[in-house]
Amino acid sequence: MNDRMRKRLEITALSLPALIMFVGFVIVPVIMAAYYGFYRWKGFGQPSVNGQFIGLQNYGMILTDPNFHDALKHTLLVMIASLIIQGPLAILFALLLNQKFKGRAIIRTLIFVPYVVSEVIVGTAWSLMLQSTGAVNALLNSIGLPGADWIADPNIAFWTLMFIISWKYIGFAVILMIAGMQSIPEELYEAAMVDGAGFWRRQWSITLPLLGPTIRIWAFMSIIGSLQLFDLVYIVWGQYVAGTAGTSTMATYMVREGRLANNYGYGSAVAVVIFIISLAIALTYQRLVLNRDLDGAITTARGEKERRRKERDRALKHGGGDGGDAEIASEVAGL
Amino acid sequence: MRSADHNRADARGNAREQTYGLRKSAKTPWGNPIVYFFSLVLVAICIVPVLYIIIGAFRSNSQITRSPAGMPNPWVFDNYITVFTSTVFWSELLNSLVVSLGTMIGVVALALMVSFVIARYRFKFSGVLYSLFAAGMMFPITVAITPLYLLLRNLSLVNTHLGIILPQIAFGLPQAIIILVPFLKSIPVELEEAAELDGCSRLGFFARMVLPLSWPGVATVGILSFVASWNAYMLPLFLLNDSSKFTLPLGVQMFSSQHSVDTAQVLAFTSLSMIPALICFTIFQKKIVGGLAGAVKG
Repeated sequence: MNDRMRKRLEITALSLPALIMFVGFVIVPVIMAAYYGFYRWKGFGQPSVNGQFIGLQNYGMILTDPNFHDALKHTLLVMIASLIIQGPLAILFALLLNQKFKGRAIIRTLIFVPYVVSEVIVGTAWSLMLQSTGAVNALLNSIGLPGADWIADPNIAFWTLMFIISWKYIGFAVILMIAGMQSIPEELYEAAMVDGAGFWRRQWSITLPLLGPTIRIWAFMSIIGSLQLFDLVYIVWGQYVAGTAGTSTMATYMVREGRLANNYGYGSAVAVVIFIISLAIALTYQRLVLNRDLDGAITTARGEKERRRKERDRALKHGGGDGGDAEIASEVAGL
Repeated sequence: MRSADHNRADARGNAREQTYGLRKSAKTPWGNPIVYFFSLVLVAICIVPVLYIIIGAFRSNSQITRSPAGMPNPWVFDNYITVFTSTVFWSELLNSLVVSLGTMIGVVALALMVSFVIARYRFKFSGVLYSLFAAGMMFPITVAITPLYLLLRNLSLVNTHLGIILPQIAFGLPQAIIILVPFLKSIPVELEEAAELDGCSRLGFFARMVLPLSWPGVATVGILSFVASWNAYMLPLFLLNDSSKFTLPLGVQMFSSQHSVDTAQVLAFTSLSMIPALICFTIFQKKIVGGLAGAVKG
């Protein structure tokens, strides 16, 4: 009994600080957003005193605002284009860098550099280089190609954004894929080689299916990242140009209409909409795609029990080790 | 700490050694030219823009205007010297250091404690606790930024570094916990039992065995949260109005809008502000990349 009390005390003492921080700064703000979202409020004092309760009017305005429709459309396009562009490229580059050759380690380090440099610096640098009088156009002109207005031209701007995003995040995807490839047992390839399968056939029939969990986790992280896209667009396109150039995102819309316009009620409502859209997409993805990989991470105690059982089965089958669970969890953690 | 590294290395065996070139082996062959060609193209795409910033800052503005993509001719050091001798850069560097170190220490300490509970204690809500934090992965700071700003304003934390550190710790916890829990789970139960037999309490076990053994995980978590905080833009943008409190990302943005005609200066400022994160990454890259990769491999 004494020990049980003590155990409880230890659990409380060790988990309370993290729990308080998490609830206080992550959960409470989200709940507050839902509350503020019902008011027309300029951010002074309390919404119930200095603001005006307007029910769902903010949400009505958001959902009928063509600017928000644009922002939503751009965000979803970024999400899909990121998957389509980065996924196959990352797998190909990972295949390349998974060969054994001299200098591989340094190459792997170098392709990780863009990921480490901050969005602000990436944005500043690219906007300098992509100016109409910048380095990229100068380089193109010198080899006889016409330049373009990469940032302001609405026909090009979106693809410029996609290029910068891919440049920034592909190194991370490649590293994840390489790690995934290394967990595939070498014997499978040897057996396939004995059976006469060529290089591409081996990748198609062995690497790709067995890389599934890694690809699915990477895609999940990429989707979440795309839905939150803010820094790069805000730095390169600025708060107002983004709308006309066709690169506005849900987050830049929120900042522009909320914080900068001093409409904190409206901004909070936008936050709630982003939250719900992200949640819906994340949960759908989990249900449809990730189910197998992420058992128990989002579900409740029942899921946990189920997971334990599966883990035990797996451990029995493979003769020990809870590597699988740790593996997936850490994959999620990658970002 | 040594033994943990050792164990992990042993467990992974050869694959890991070959993989990250930890051991220079004469057996590693030269690849075929096609592999090098594509690798170099990839590396060039990744590195050239970064080099452009660093090298471009060695040019004068007239050089840049005349030939935006050229090399320095002659090399000019004034830009770097101006930035190096400006108090703005150093005070922003200091601010960034304070915020990033504060965030790092907070994330590591809190995440380690709660991960220890989740990983090593058997109790009813352990699964719920893990799920709660894991779900937090889905909601980065962007979603909560507006109400978070209002909350921090009510706590009078606007324009303070603490106001950035606290939320960054909170939002850094989910990732840290997801990385640390498997690490702590993998410490054998026998070790805990042995420690108990020797009269070591659970907390004593935590301090004497868990902390040293989970060092690789702690390092990964620490570096990732440091770099994330070093690069953070949105929260400082919302929270800091007083330019003497600015962190480097805000400083870069302010500098580049104030000196928009002085491209060379902007390049020098940008280049110097990215170097600390690059150095930190280069020193610890084996830890980060290896830790990430190791984690994925289980």
